[in-house]
Amino acid sequence: MSAEAIRIGARRPARRLFFHQLRSEQLVFWRSREAAFFIFLFPLLLFVLLGSVYRGRIYGVPAPQFLLAGLIGYGCANTAFAGLAIQLVLRRENGILKRLRSTPLPPATYVGSLLVSTLIVFSLQTVALFLLGKALHDTPFPSDIASFIATIVIGAAVFAALGTATASVIRSAEGSSAVVNFILLPMAFLSGSFGPTLHYPAFLRAIGDVLPLKYFIDLVKAVYLHGHGIWTRPQDLAVLAAWGIGGVIFTKFKFGWEPRER
Amino acid sequence: MPAIEVSGLRKAYGSLEAVRGVDFSIEEGEVFGLLGPNGAGKTTTVEILEGYRERDAGDVRVLGHDPKRPGPDFRERIGVVLQQSEMWPNLTVRETHAIFAGYYRAPRDVDEVVALVGLQEKANARIKSLSGGQKRRLDLGLALVGDPDLVFLDEPTTGFDPQARRAAWEMIRSLRSLGKTVLLTTHYLDEAEQLADRVAVMRAGQIVRIGTPSELTTTELQTEIRYRENGEEVLVQTGEPTRVLAELTAAAVARGEELEGLQVRRPTLEEVYLSLTAEEEGVEA
Repeated sequence: MSAEAIRIGARRPARRLFFHQLRSEQLVFWRSREAAFFIFLFPLLLFVLLGSVYRGRIYGVPAPQFLLAGLIGYGCANTAFAGLAIQLVLRRENGILKRLRSTPLPPATYVGSLLVSTLIVFSLQTVALFLLGKALHDTPFPSDIASFIATIVIGAAVFAALGTATASVIRSAEGSSAVVNFILLPMAFLSGSFGPTLHYPAFLRAIGDVLPLKYFIDLVKAVYLHGHGIWTRPQDLAVLAAWGIGGVIFTKFKFGWEPRER
Repeated sequence: MPAIEVSGLRKAYGSLEAVRGVDFSIEEGEVFGLLGPNGAGKTTTVEILEGYRERDAGDVRVLGHDPKRPGPDFRERIGVVLQQSEMWPNLTVRETHAIFAGYYRAPRDVDEVVALVGLQEKANARIKSLSGGQKRRLDLGLALVGDPDLVFLDEPTTGFDPQARRAAWEMIRSLRSLGKTVLLTTHYLDEAEQLADRVAVMRAGQIVRIGTPSELTTTELQTEIRYRENGEEVLVQTGEPTRVLAELTAAAVARGEELEGLQVRRPTLEEVYLSLTAEEEGVEA
């Protein structure tokens, strides 16, 4: 077993390390009941609850489909933004990140595997939402699968960048979930994750109009509800790209691997 | 080639000079103790050697590398126990060791390391269920699983009960028998005395004494001879204990008396250490 690992390791250490770390990240994620519940199951639960409230059609679309699109947006922000930010702060403050830095695991491999691990969780969650929608309300699956997958990957990348940026400014493990939810829940509400926003006061809609989640949900709606290709929505992609690049740059300058509190 | 060479090392955080010109070298296979009170600059020194901090001045070589710009095998060859770190609470001891083993080209056998640090009965226990001492042993196991040549132990027994400390000492001694070089920081004097081949005493960012524990204790303070005479405690401090003791006992024998409660003792490292740091305080005042 270990002789085999050495032989493979000598041949392609970078790839081996990446998959080793990806497996480790998945083990860490699913082993934590809090993470599995609040990150993975919570959007599914909200879908069941909201699906029993909204009936009929919303803007000409069957209500369950409309909600499904909004909750995919919420799931994305919840998993890639909130979940990732909280996990990163906890690991930084516990000294796990600092400890890993003294091992031969390259920082880029660590970050890469963490992002792919987050994408896996979000993808499984999206599949679960569709299966739940099918079972409860007979909602359809996306017709343009390639565009839909691209949308999911872009959304996960943008919100992961914002998650790492937010983790960079949070100072303590205790406060991390409060800070993150203070951003997440209003953003999800203003961006239409939980239902239509047309009846919101204008100033609330104006705030929603600058937040990235609205553009992600618009993109999901275009691709899923209306069957448009992803490239028919360049304005949504541009806003998401701007937020994502901003998050990456901010992270690059502000993120630290060592505990802040001590 | 020495495992670690440090000369003229300096590091300041803003206006606070944490390390003010430190020189020492550690031979391969040596257990070296860096001893000093909190805030003496031990952790800053060690974290520069581990590659966590940049230095302001001085030359540093660790296993032939400059830790500021280490070659690719630097991290393959070092093992680190940080002063404070936690691991993923929901993973087991064995899983965590296996994750760390996967980071190295030629790791040691996971079960062997788990047994080496005395956690075989806890191998399948989740980390959140471990006691503080067991968590430190986990940290040590994770530092050893990559089979490093050099191990950094930053206050490895802080907060241990006496029994756990003895067990940790045994483990650290076993590192020496494996041929590892060990850099140990501690503020426990007995720990340095028990474990280290050589000790450097740090105070306010500088090394105030360096040598083997016995060198430090024989050269620094005079030997104490105590006995009771007519019910009163007599204390003689001398640099020539053999001669003084011979005279005292000869006189007592000549009088036909017993020297009541006779004790001859060398100062402990603790007393040397306290006198060194007190001396330094005097200079500063």
